Amino acid sequence: MPEAAFAAQLPPSGHLLVALGAVAALLALAALGVASAHRPAGRPLIYGGALAVTLVAGLSALTAIAAPAAGMVLPLGIPWIGTHLRLDALSAVFLAVINLGGAAASLYGLGYGRHDHAPERVLPFFPAFLAGMNMVLLADDAYSFLLSWEFMSLASWALVVAHDKEAGNVRAGLVYILMASFGTLALMLAFGLLAAGSGGGYAFDAMREAPPVGAFAALVLTLAMLGAGSKAGLVPLHVWLPLAHPAAPSHVSALMSGVMTKVAVYGFIRIVFDLSGPPDWWWGIPVLAAGGIAAVIGVLQALLQGDTKRVLAYSTIENIGLIFIGLGLALAFSANGFPAAAALALTAALFHVLNHAAMKSLLFFGAGAVLTATGTRQMDELGGLIHRMPATAVVMLIGCAAISALPPLNGFASEWLVFQAVLLSPDLPAWGLKLMVPAVGALMALAAALAAACFVRLYGVAFLGRPRSPMAAGAQEVDAFSRAAMIALAATCVLAGLLPGFVIDALQPAVGGLVGETMPAQGSVAWLSIIPVAESRSSYNGLLVFAFTALSALLAAVAIHRFASRAVRRAPPWDCGFPNASPLAQYSAASFAQPIRRVFARGLFAAREKVEMPPPGALTPARFSSSARDPAWAFLFLPLTAAVGYVAERANTLQYLTIRQYLGLVFSALVLLLLVLALWT
Amino acid sequence: MDLMAHILVQGTQMLLVLALAPLLTGLVRKAKARLQRRRGASVLQPYRDLVRLLRKEVVLAQNASWLFRVVPYLVFAATWVAAALVPTFATGLIFSWTADLIAITALIGSARFFLALAGMDVGTSFGGLGSSREVMISSLAEPAMIMIVFALALVAHSTQLSTIASVMLAGVGLRVSLALALVALLMVAVAENGRIPVDNPSTHLELTMVHEAMVLEYSGRHLALIELAAQLKLLLFLSLVACVFVPWGLAPVGAGVPGMALGLVSYGGKLAVGALLVAVFETSIAKMRVFRVPDFLGAALMLGLLGTLLLFVSGIL
Repeated sequence: MPEAAFAAQLPPSGHLLVALGAVAALLALAALGVASAHRPAGRPLIYGGALAVTLVAGLSALTAIAAPAAGMVLPLGIPWIGTHLRLDALSAVFLAVINLGGAAASLYGLGYGRHDHAPERVLPFFPAFLAGMNMVLLADDAYSFLLSWEFMSLASWALVVAHDKEAGNVRAGLVYILMASFGTLALMLAFGLLAAGSGGGYAFDAMREAPPVGAFAALVLTLAMLGAGSKAGLVPLHVWLPLAHPAAPSHVSALMSGVMTKVAVYGFIRIVFDLSGPPDWWWGIPVLAAGGIAAVIGVLQALLQGDTKRVLAYSTIENIGLIFIGLGLALAFSANGFPAAAALALTAALFHVLNHAAMKSLLFFGAGAVLTATGTRQMDELGGLIHRMPATAVVMLIGCAAISALPPLNGFASEWLVFQAVLLSPDLPAWGLKLMVPAVGALMALAAALAAACFVRLYGVAFLGRPRSPMAAGAQEVDAFSRAAMIALAATCVLAGLLPGFVIDALQPAVGGLVGETMPAQGSVAWLSIIPVAESRSSYNGLLVFAFTALSALLAAVAIHRFASRAVRRAPPWDCGFPNASPLAQYSAASFAQPIRRVFARGLFAAREKVEMPPPGALTPARFSSSARDPAWAFLFLPLTAAVGYVAERANTLQYLTIRQYLGLVFSALVLLLLVLALWT
Repeated sequence: MDLMAHILVQGTQMLLVLALAPLLTGLVRKAKARLQRRRGASVLQPYRDLVRLLRKEVVLAQNASWLFRVVPYLVFAATWVAAALVPTFATGLIFSWTADLIAITALIGSARFFLALAGMDVGTSFGGLGSSREVMISSLAEPAMIMIVFALALVAHSTQLSTIASVMLAGVGLRVSLALALVALLMVAVAENGRIPVDNPSTHLELTMVHEAMVLEYSGRHLALIELAAQLKLLLFLSLVACVFVPWGLAPVGAGVPGMALGLVSYGGKLAVGALLVAVFETSIAKMRVFRVPDFLGAALMLGLLGTLLLFVSGIL
């Protein structure tokens, strides 16, 4: 009851009711999934239903971005407090991303789910996972936020261990649930500190009224980075991500990597930008550092992996790093009195949220298609799929180019905006930031270049060249549902890249609500260019770049075919006169990464190469092996688990005491506590 | 009418870069030959080579995919557009705002992305070797280039190349940061164009080659397009250095025909001097081992970063 006094309750709106209805429908689908999992109609029913619900919810959320905020209190949850719900521009942006990503995953699942040998372990949890993510975005009090967050984590955990017979999946599930619990704990403490300021109010409105100050605010920022960062995959809390995301079925991998990490980004934005009051000048520094480190470490690790889905999972860490760089810049600008620059940085981050959701879902769908067609995720068993899977090859090429930030696709547009924000930062007064920002800019540029290398490798090894295994040689194109989902996402990538101005304009209500200023309207700029600050400063026109390039290519093709030769003769490859008949002589995933491994990964990742060359005349084969480690495991988690094991070992003796010793223990504990109490007061 | 004139000037620039690119390569080769006390081929030889390649049939590897056949056109188009966006004889052309220096860098990156993919398409070991080394080199050259862009943009308060050139033309004085950026840009230009000491454009059948290994399977008109793209790229980097660091003679925005003519003459002069300098540099230095290249480019990256940091710390350095 005390909460009601803090702020006038927002009126409910149609959009909020649609969103709530979507949650209810998804939960109902989850229940239906339990009942119908074993029937042949179960799969089309669940995925078709989820597709319809998320499509409606996503489109409704798109229109809700510009609508006024709506709120509602449901008499559920803790008595006298209830469940507070709210749909403002920020939640609407993320609701749109999540539901449209969910719709694509459902469409893909319609076809992909056919190959699932244990549908009863996937069908109930898939809609439940979607419902959990939707609830997190609607929650407007700490209790329902944490409850939905945990629900989302548990549903996704169930999906991670869906294929529990495959090697490594159970361990992935264990690491995931441990890290998820840690993250929820950090968020719970953060909300506790936030609620302390408002005298114990659980509702976000009460927290907004009395934001934390000084050390408490710093602690909230730290806890939010730990809690949301562990879910999003910030280094070094990322260790679960490359294990868990690939373990799930591919459409769920897409949801976890493309969509659930965005819920974590939302949690971070909600706590730090909205609930913690005005930021201090230095808040940007840890966020920028975390983002820069995650970007470079993520992409370097991706380059060292041989498993297609694991490459994509590590690349997610890189992209989350880019998003956090944008958020860190926004915090720095907003705290130091540059709201227009903060709006640019925040827009860039939100734009990249949208872009990464589309690209990464697309790439995971493609990896799933390859898995269906060949039965393997190992790049070194693939090759030549461009001949066998023409449609998948085209959309994967678009996805790889987009995530490598190549113009005119969408990944470039959002990275370009982040670079523009970096270039505004010499105005910042604080020295720490002045030195930090260019260094982070360099890290980001390095990450972008390495990402291009990473996706040349992924595409080149898996789709080009000659097949390296009989499975790859006999691959078949995937079903129409999967193709439709991938084509829809590829179209999104192209459209958002060609017309970035409209996306930027659509994001402005959310940006304005958080930093108090918006970017200049882009929709009315001539030729559909984007001009983030001023025309003399910078502008970019994806549409014209595309048109000019396409026109030049066409012109060249027509001119050459008309006036020069168009003769083609097929012949064996040249290869400097010594073509090797064995497809295994091609560059493999490991050999492609060898130069980069040697340049970048020797120190931190301890990448080593070992060649065993038998002496002349010996009949044993020569062997080459390479190894690398994840520094987070080596320096943080393995020592940590060793320490926990050591303490547990020592404490184990406490379980074998006599009754007298136990009584003595209880007595001394009592005396000690009384002493503490006596000295305290 | 005014619009037509603008489009005419832009079109002239597009055709100019296309027409001059082989000549520039011919000049470099001729100058190198003279420095090595050879007669060398005529400066027009690259044109003849292109025409000969265009007339020949394409010999396509049996398992080459459609991507292999599309890539030469894409690479050529992306490089041509990028080269046409760099001011050559005049600033403020009508489409100069389409893409800023970051986008031009990324366009070159796109061309390289597709060329590296094409190198892996046939499935030969030489192609993979070239692609793998090319992306290793670019993974350092690209961030170095972005750092140079940062330094230039912080001086000119713009990433628009046309605006940067105008600011430089108006004079910004001698600056340490710009000196660092110039050195870094020259190093990146050497690496991007696969010139000595990073790569040798005239090598074959050597394990040290990078770019040539990547395009080994190409022939006929496809090879012609790729060669032309490489020539355009050399021209692009020379124009970039010229318009930013020696902008004198560039026709300013709204200049008439005399201004443009002066711009053309000075551009030709700058290219000739540039070609000569490239030849002298290549003749006086030995090619380095592949794994020394990261040190070389790492130095470029650090110089660029240092220049940027100086500008962050003080607006006048």
